[in-house]
Amino acid sequence: MDKTQYKDVYVFVEQRDGVVQKVAVELLGKARELADALGERVVAMLLGHDISAKAEELIAYGADVVLCADERELAQYTTEPYAQAIAQIVRERKPSIVLIGATTIGRDLGPRLSARLETGLTADCTGLDISEERDLLMTRPAFGGNLMATIICKEHRPQMSTVRPGVMRAKEKDASRTGVVEKVDIHFDKSKFRVKVLETVKEQKNKIDITEAKVLVSGGRGVGNAEGFAMLGKLAETLGAEVSSSRAMVDAGVMPHDRQVGQTGKTVRPDLYFAMGISGAIQHLAGMEESGYIVAVNKDKYAPIFGVADLGIVGDVKKVVPLLTERLAALSKHNK
Amino acid sequence: MKIVVCIKQVPDTTEIKLDPATGTMIRDGVPSIMNPDDKGGLEIALQLKDKYGAHVTVITMGPPQADDMLREALAMGADRAIHMSDRKFAGADTLATSNAIAGALRMLDFDLVITGRQAIDGDTAQVGPQIAEHLDLPQVTYVEDLQFDGNKTFTIRKSLEDGYQMVQVDAPCVITVLSSANKARYMSVRGIVEAYDREVEVWTYDNISVAEEKLGLKGSPTRVWKSFTKGAKAAGKVYEVEPNEAVDIIVEKLKEKFII
Repeated sequence: MDKTQYKDVYVFVEQRDGVVQKVAVELLGKARELADALGERVVAMLLGHDISAKAEELIAYGADVVLCADERELAQYTTEPYAQAIAQIVRERKPSIVLIGATTIGRDLGPRLSARLETGLTADCTGLDISEERDLLMTRPAFGGNLMATIICKEHRPQMSTVRPGVMRAKEKDASRTGVVEKVDIHFDKSKFRVKVLETVKEQKNKIDITEAKVLVSGGRGVGNAEGFAMLGKLAETLGAEVSSSRAMVDAGVMPHDRQVGQTGKTVRPDLYFAMGISGAIQHLAGMEESGYIVAVNKDKYAPIFGVADLGIVGDVKKVVPLLTERLAALSKHNK
Repeated sequence: MKIVVCIKQVPDTTEIKLDPATGTMIRDGVPSIMNPDDKGGLEIALQLKDKYGAHVTVITMGPPQADDMLREALAMGADRAIHMSDRKFAGADTLATSNAIAGALRMLDFDLVITGRQAIDGDTAQVGPQIAEHLDLPQVTYVEDLQFDGNKTFTIRKSLEDGYQMVQVDAPCVITVLSSANKARYMSVRGIVEAYDREVEVWTYDNISVAEEKLGLKGSPTRVWKSFTKGAKAAGKVYEVEPNEAVDIIVEKLKEKFII
C-alpha cells in the first residue's frame, strides 16, 4: 500500500432527524488539531436527506471541505446504505484518517466499514495524536478501564477510529471560517439493503445514568438522610452535576440502586467526583478511583477516601456543602 | 433452524484490581467467565431451540482453557461446540479475529449467527459486524429482543441511546446481543454431568480456508504501540481547616483545574 496516496482527516458527521449530533462537532474540533499537525485538510462527510443546509455550520466548526451526500436512501441511518456511501467516498478520495463517533450508530457502522475497506479500526478512543512518523496514535481504555492502550495502524489506510462522545472538545464556532461544500452522488447497490426499519421509538430514558455524568456529587453515611441528599442535590444543580451514593445509603433506602457507585453498583469516571461523607470502603473506591479529580470531605481524618482524593477536607459535610453551594452559585452568577 | 453463537471467555474485569504500589493490574486469581453479552446471545439461541427446535452450535476462538466455557454452553443446552485453537490465530486484532471466525462459519450451515455486542475485556463491539461483512450478511446490532415468524423473518428490537428501533430482517443474518436482553439460564444438573463426556471439536488453521496473511498477528492492521495503567496516583493534599477556609481551597482548586 502506498501510504502517500492517502491524505486528509475525514469526519463522519452523524445526524439524527436532520440534527447534527454533538459528537460530530467534537470530532471536527479534534480533526482540526490533527490536520493542522499534519498540514492537511479536515473533510466532513455529511450524509442524509435534505441536510445540505447544515454544511456551512460544519465549516464554522473546523471543516475545510464538506462532502454532502443528500440521498433519500440516507434519510434514516441503516447500516448498508451508510456503509456503501462512506466506502465509496473513501475509495474515491483516499483519506488518511476517518473518525466516527462511538455511538450506537458509529459502533454499528465503523466495524462494517473497516472490514469492507480491509483496514484497522480502534474502538472508543479517548485520546488521538500524531506520531513523529505521522501515524495516528489512538488511545483507548481496556479491561474495563483498568488499562490504557495506544494503538497504531501502521501499514493500512485509512486509519479508522471511533471516538467516545463527550471526550474531545469542540472548537468555538467561527462563522468567519471559509471552506468548500461539495455534493457527492452515491451509487447504491440496493439489492444489499436487507434490514427494514419498522419504527423508531424515542423513549424518555429518565433513568439517570451516573456513568455518563461529567461531575458527580456523591454522598455517604456522613450525609445521613434524605435531607442531607437534598442538600447535595442543590450543590449538584449548581455544578450541573448528578447525585450518586455509597452503598450504605442505598441499603438504608435513602437512594435508589441505580445511583450507587462501587463494586456492586456502577463504576464511574467523571471528570470531577465529590465524595461527601464517604469513608471510602475498598468496594466504593473500586467504583470511582479512576475519576479525573476527586474532592473528599469527611470528619474522620483517617478515612481511606483521603488516600485516593486529590483534595481532602477534614470537616463536617453539613457545614461545608451549603457554604460551597452558596459560593459556587455566586460565582456562576458573576460569570454571567 | 440452525444457529451459531460466537462466544468468548474473558477475565471477570469487575474482579481486576490494581497493585497500589506499582499501579499494574493484578490478574492472578481473576476468574474467567463467559462474556456476559455472549451469554445473552446464547440464551436467545436456546429460547429459539425451546420454541422451534433450533440446532445450536457454539464456537469460540481462544486458548485451551476456553474449553471450560464451551462445556458450560453445552450444559446450558447447546448441541455442538467448536474450539478454534491454533498458534496461527494468536495475536489477532478484531479484523484478523473476524477473518478467522468468518472462515469457520463458512464451513457451517446456519440461518442465524449470534454474537455478543462486545466483550468486557476489550469493549470494542467490532467482531460481530466485521463477521457480517466478511460473510456478506445483513447485521443488526444492540439487540434487546428477537421474534421469529417460524418461517424466515426475524423482527428485532434494537437499542438506541434515546429509545429503540424495531427492524425486520430475513435469515440468514448476524445479530449482536446485549446481556440485558434476558436473564440467561443456569446449567442444568444433567447438562453439567453430561457436558464433560460430550465432544468439543477442536478446529485449527487446517479446518478453515482463510489465507494465513489474514490471520493472527500477521493479519492485524492494528498493533498495540504501548499500554499503560493510569497508575495508582499519589494521594493529594488533606486540609484540616474551618469550613469557610475549606470552601476557599475547594473553589481555588476547581478554578485551577476546571472552568467554573
